[in-house]
Amino acid sequence: MKARVTVTLKSGILDPQGKAIEGALKSLGVAGVASVRQGKVFDIEIEGGDRARAEAVLKEAAEKLLANTVIENYRVDVLP
Amino acid sequence: MKAAVLVFPGINRERDMARTLRLVSGREPAMVWHADTALPPGTDLVVVPGGFSYGDYLRCGAIAARAPIMDAVRAFADKGGLVLGVCNGFQILCESGLLPGVLMRNQNLRFICRDVYLRVERSDTPFTRGYNAGQVIRVPVAHGEGNYIADGETIARLEGEGRVLFRYASPDGLLDPDWNHNGAINGIAGILGERGNVLGMMPHPENHVEASMGRTDGRGLFAGLVDHLAQAA
Repeated sequence: MKARVTVTLKSGILDPQGKAIEGALKSLGVAGVASVRQGKVFDIEIEGGDRARAEAVLKEAAEKLLANTVIENYRVDVLP
Repeated sequence: MKAAVLVFPGINRERDMARTLRLVSGREPAMVWHADTALPPGTDLVVVPGGFSYGDYLRCGAIAARAPIMDAVRAFADKGGLVLGVCNGFQILCESGLLPGVLMRNQNLRFICRDVYLRVERSDTPFTRGYNAGQVIRVPVAHGEGNYIADGETIARLEGEGRVLFRYASPDGLLDPDWNHNGAINGIAGILGERGNVLGMMPHPENHVEASMGRTDGRGLFAGLVDHLAQAA
């Protein structure tokens, strides 16, 4: 099964990289950008077809390694 | 002193650290590979050196923090063993949960490699007994992610319990945003763990330990550890 884990910075955590990207977009003349926050996407293939098990595995992966929950939130999506 | 220096793929400051430990303690430290599951018998100091473990992939220190040897380090620290993490070593200790908080990208987004001034906040710890409280030392930094943050409650606890050991300061020891090169909250450069036996710090005291390096300000940290361990023995 194909799945995706999305890791984003918690609100209130300063994101200097996002700020730099936001500044670059503005200097490129891309209009209408209010703000940018940078995150990470992990595309993961899970063995077998059990959806609930896949979600549990991905949650474990996110908690143990993919996200630092002090500063980051994560979202798990098992793709159809 | 029977020091053990951890070695991870991508670490590059372990030889500086080993050289300093040998110079100050007179004893060769053990180099311990990340895939090992035990520390050498009789180890009384574990040092996690600086560098770029696993190329800083995912997050600085994130993958090294989950290496097999870290379970042994956790058990060693739980029994009161002394652990010192410098630079990437500080990041690894934070990622492993041995220290609270996170080292974020420097506020100015640049890799910063230069000398900084640190104010030593306390002298009554195994790590700082070689200094006086309020003393200012000059040591190098070399990092892109040294901007320490934690949630408000954690910062209040660290400050309330006197667990901030080093702060970035002016040469006169004043806290000043102009001298806080990476933007760390409250100028935090080094913190103690809950039990006072684990220290993580971004600057490199091991690089200022003999006259030929220009300065010897970092020597007090290692000399203090040698004294502490000699007394404890």
